[in-house]
Amino acid sequence: MSRKIAITGMGIISSIGNNVEENFISLKSGKHGISDIEMFETRHAGSIKTGEIKWSNEELIQQLQLPEDNNVTRTSLLGMMAAREAVKSAEISDINEYKTGLISSTSVAGMDITERYFYSYEDFPEKQKYIDAHDAGNSSLAIADYLGLKGMVSTISTACSSAANAIMMGAKLIKNGVLDRVIVGGTDSLSKFTLNGFNTLMILTDSYNTPFDNDRKGLNLGEAAAFIVLESDEVVKKENKKVLAYLSGYGNANDAHHQTASSENGQGAFLAMQQALKISGLEKESIDYINVHGTATPNNDLSEGIAMIRIFGEGQVPEFSSTKAFTGHTLAAAAGIEAVFSILAMQHSVIFPNLNFKTKMQEFDLVPVTELKEKNINHVLSNSFGFGGNCSTLIFSKS
Amino acid sequence: MSAVYINSASCISVQDTLKENFLLDLKADQSVQILKAVDPNYKEFIPPAMIRRMSKTVKMSSVASSYALKEAGIEKPDAIIVGTGMGCSQDSEKFLKNVIDNKEEFLTPTFFIQSTHNTVAGQIALGIQCHAYNFTYVNTSSSLEFSFLDAKLQIIDGEAENILVGAADEQTGRTMDLYRLHHIIKKEEDLPADYLHSETDGVIWGEGASFFVLGKDKTENSYAKVRDIQIINRLDLEEAPSFITDFLTRNDLKHEDIDAVILGFSGDATSDAYYTKGMDAFKNSALLYYKHLSGEFNTASGFSTFMACHILKEQQIPDIMMINSEKKTEVKNILLYNHLAGNDHSLMLLERA
Amino acid sequence: MENLKTELKHKIIEVLNLEDVSVEEVKDTDPLFGGGLGLDSIDALELIVLLDKDYGIKLADPKKGKEIFQSIDTMAAFIEENRTK
Repeated sequence: MSRKIAITGMGIISSIGNNVEENFISLKSGKHGISDIEMFETRHAGSIKTGEIKWSNEELIQQLQLPEDNNVTRTSLLGMMAAREAVKSAEISDINEYKTGLISSTSVAGMDITERYFYSYEDFPEKQKYIDAHDAGNSSLAIADYLGLKGMVSTISTACSSAANAIMMGAKLIKNGVLDRVIVGGTDSLSKFTLNGFNTLMILTDSYNTPFDNDRKGLNLGEAAAFIVLESDEVVKKENKKVLAYLSGYGNANDAHHQTASSENGQGAFLAMQQALKISGLEKESIDYINVHGTATPNNDLSEGIAMIRIFGEGQVPEFSSTKAFTGHTLAAAAGIEAVFSILAMQHSVIFPNLNFKTKMQEFDLVPVTELKEKNINHVLSNSFGFGGNCSTLIFSKS
Repeated sequence: MSAVYINSASCISVQDTLKENFLLDLKADQSVQILKAVDPNYKEFIPPAMIRRMSKTVKMSSVASSYALKEAGIEKPDAIIVGTGMGCSQDSEKFLKNVIDNKEEFLTPTFFIQSTHNTVAGQIALGIQCHAYNFTYVNTSSSLEFSFLDAKLQIIDGEAENILVGAADEQTGRTMDLYRLHHIIKKEEDLPADYLHSETDGVIWGEGASFFVLGKDKTENSYAKVRDIQIINRLDLEEAPSFITDFLTRNDLKHEDIDAVILGFSGDATSDAYYTKGMDAFKNSALLYYKHLSGEFNTASGFSTFMACHILKEQQIPDIMMINSEKKTEVKNILLYNHLAGNDHSLMLLERA
Repeated sequence: MENLKTELKHKIIEVLNLEDVSVEEVKDTDPLFGGGLGLDSIDALELIVLLDKDYGIKLADPKKGKEIFQSIDTMAAFIEENRTK
């Protein structure tokens, strides 16, 4: 049985575009989405930049044509936008025609609303409907409801590797015949809670993030949502679906080193990449491009670089870039948007640039691709590493 | 196709489920709005340097998972899969309070770090230096069932032999206040709660942690076999019976083949209707309920799964759990049906090992 | 300076939630990190916030914390020199 899983649709909203086409145009033209915070109030506005989506919740609600009495939080709104596009792009007319599921992921969940009213809900009875919308599971149920889906719905929350894990689990459900198709990905909105949380860890930059640069100071947070549609071979054949790409490998491992920092030798990352290659059955030389996790924190890029060298060999690491200088680090959604970017890279035979890079890191000899580069890409490896030592790798292959 | 066995089971709950012979001591308190889990002496199990940062969810999970691993004789599982509904909400609340009170200044990282949903799974891995697969599901009501499904698929696919699976949730003061405000929790004037024939909405909220080791091979200690799992996000009330029938049919079973059914009656009249409708067709089965012992919360089915394990192993059903009086001479299988306020329905079929 | 040292010990125990440690047990010259207290990099971040909140000292580079937090002595000396509160 083929171990590859067909990807038949994708959808995305991020600070560099409201759909797949707009995101691609930004990536191609080097136009990043890092800007000053405008959409919510924080003392850090003006000093910390983020990959903010310039739609208010009200504007998103209008776009989605939700009823007035909804209790949908920003994370879910973004998720609905991306999921809607993914389902449309997969040309799904009746979402319940086959055994269909949704596996979403989030770390912020309903916090953008909760943080506004948590201690004052008593004074705002009209806002109390959001009490139900705080937890992570609710965001996926809301997205499923919006799609009219009745099926297996699940939510993963493993910090920055979340969407990769959602994609992985979706693949397993299809492989085992539990589902015929599954919409997988993640969504996270910005929130004061998260912004301040990352700030206390002193891993935010006060400027634009510079992945894999020797003088990197930290990450920019971002918000986004992205979903891809995985379908079984039977459904692809029966419906004569166009396959955008294949998910051919995946792996998850735990660094087990520290709650927020990665180990020096990148053990978790190494194991995840090793597992993904094993599942794919590909030789490491077959990887044409790596979309690295590359958050531009001192710790991640060093650890990830070392792990890549351990996997591929000194001087043999494939061409790589981090797209986080475009979008910021979108937490649970990161692996989802980077899945879309990986597929776009293969479809258009192009490697997207690692923006803002100036100086090679002194610890090793790794230089990312810094200009848009045309290249025939058959296989992309995408890394996403999260708090709690959660390390995930996905491999996508050309269709 | 390989079977999947539950080879150990551990639970911290409103009942003193860590102690031996806990089945003899089950008590229901239906007159309070909130039930608190019985804490073990955490200091006995967790070093002070670690315990100082841990929220209740992490502490409960730390102890319960230790017990489960020990009982199964496993030092390092091939995967760690955890479910939670609200995550480490105590730390989340503390950080949020600081953000608001201090107007985003002088904030410290500990509460933020501890508030991420996958802290439990991460801490367990850190504690036993386990580099294996590590997932956290945060479904509204089916986190444990989905974790079991993930584990089952891995074992059947030959990707793992022994997997630690668990679920945990804690209460926090402010969240309980909000649940009272929003009538998720039963109004005081509607207490004591009548779980089986409730005429009012709202539930009694609980907390707890349940951990299990699922394995490829049967052991002397095996509690049960995991036969099948089904999850669906939404059901119309009339669809509840067919949801169950379809599940049984795909397992070549009829209603009369099921010896016991454990239902998640919570005292919330509106959503309990699903259970009433669902249990109708089980004329010959022992019908059980459990939330009067555990309270309702996002991962309450950890408690029912734990109880089901003991019932299958010891072949005894505690009277306090019985809805009807159908006495079975042998309990070969148990069907568990659960949801939370009508959302996220799950079915799990366990069999005698 | 002695008052400051005692004050620091109280604050560290409180802020880092070291429930079972008494002020007497923390010696002035003992290593705070890598010693018996079991403090780690997250605790270092907590202490950086303490410097800001209670003593008005802003530390932009977390790596400098390593030298400053070597012991109660080094911490107190640094605070004496740089405090604005």
